Amino acid sequence: MNEIWAGVQEAFRLIFILDADLIEITLRSLEVSLTALVIASALALPFGTWLAIRRFRYRRFTIAVLNALMGLPPVVVGLVVYLLLSRSGPFGVMGLLFTPTAMIIAQVIIITPLIASITHQAMRELWSEYHDLLISLNTTKRQRVVALIWDGRRTLMTAALAGFGRAIGEVGAIMIVGGNIDHATRVLTTAIALETGKGDFALALGLGFVLITLTLVVNLAIHALSRTEQEGTW
Amino acid sequence: MVSPAISVCLDSVVVKRRGKTVLGPVDLCLQADGFTIVLGPNGAGKTTLLKVLHGVERVSRGSVQWSIPNAQVREAQAYVFQSPIMLRRSVRQNLAYPLQLIGIDKAEIASRVVDWAQKTGLQDALDFPAPRLSGGEKQKLALGRALIRMPKVLFLDEPCANLDGRSTREIEELLYDATKAGTRIIMTTHDLGQARRLADSVLFLMNGALHEHGAASKFFAAPSTSEAQAFLNGDIIE
Repeated sequence: MNEIWAGVQEAFRLIFILDADLIEITLRSLEVSLTALVIASALALPFGTWLAIRRFRYRRFTIAVLNALMGLPPVVVGLVVYLLLSRSGPFGVMGLLFTPTAMIIAQVIIITPLIASITHQAMRELWSEYHDLLISLNTTKRQRVVALIWDGRRTLMTAALAGFGRAIGEVGAIMIVGGNIDHATRVLTTAIALETGKGDFALALGLGFVLITLTLVVNLAIHALSRTEQEGTW
Repeated sequence: MVSPAISVCLDSVVVKRRGKTVLGPVDLCLQADGFTIVLGPNGAGKTTLLKVLHGVERVSRGSVQWSIPNAQVREAQAYVFQSPIMLRRSVRQNLAYPLQLIGIDKAEIASRVVDWAQKTGLQDALDFPAPRLSGGEKQKLALGRALIRMPKVLFLDEPCANLDGRSTREIEELLYDATKAGTRIIMTTHDLGQARRLADSVLFLMNGALHEHGAASKFFAAPSTSEAQAFLNGDIIE
């Protein structure tokens, strides 16, 4: 119990004195995970929607693979990205290993299947509702995707937030490809892992509370921005 | 909109689903104007016939020939479903959607939307979410959304099922006005009274086959097949 209490106190102390290191790693956490979220959403939302309305031969197989990829182990993703970006790897010349960019790449790979899969589930229901009307109105494929994404934006936001949650709390992959370098690639989760390893539980827990608060704030901010609660249910 | 008359002929059309014939073979020509009611018991193939004409049903055999090119046919048609499909948007956006799809400019859309909201009695609900309207209002909105593109042909699949008398009357008035404005209407119904009120001509389907096609007055006065006679008498035909 003492450690938890000390952790809460540490969290308040760090926030109260606006600890420079804390602010830096918090902002980097946000930068990495939000960038990964934007890129992954740009890929996954149209893809999941397309998968819901398009009938093709290996559709079921693709969906099964996608659902399986939702549980992709971050450590393995980190390892593969590490090998690809390392000096001897195919993308070694780009010098991306141990940079925030490498961390973004790893997180995009981890959360894209998750967002795409949730999108697909949500869009499939909406599509079965809209199907007859959109066919009857002689819409093009593009117009259908746009209509579904627009009218399903609330469920898509849930998908995106799930992706963000996974990205911001993820440690295995970014530890490997980022390297947890102070003032370069250290983020909240890797710092927590480090402080726990050093035995500084109060600081680790303090960072943990900051991380949880951050996740809450981002979720609430996105909900407020898109006015989910005000516009009522459909 | 002045354009060539739009008529259609079905040439021995057959629709099969899972090896079972649900419609046909049907040979049928429909002229460019008037109000046709499609009658028949459940499972007679009424909806399938409408969907074949609308071009959204796969035809197993035979062909559908319109008097104008295929590309224009779909633009000139609209379809109202038995249970109205509401986009999860406001009434205004639902009315505007078909026009946005074909790239009409915003000012024109706005004025037509207000116009049709008035015609369908939804002018006070323009910013209300469409999925939360009552059943009758939804169907009126669906009808307004179908008519807003000023289609030459309008298909309706039992638009007044589950509606009360007043909503039915309002919808019938809209349909009557649309016919006067030159829209060709093809509609299925179970309500014989409605069929008598609206129909110029009648198609009578049973078990996927077309039993009668002719002027409404003649059909209701003296149907030529015993099945149609039984149907009009209110007997249960199977």
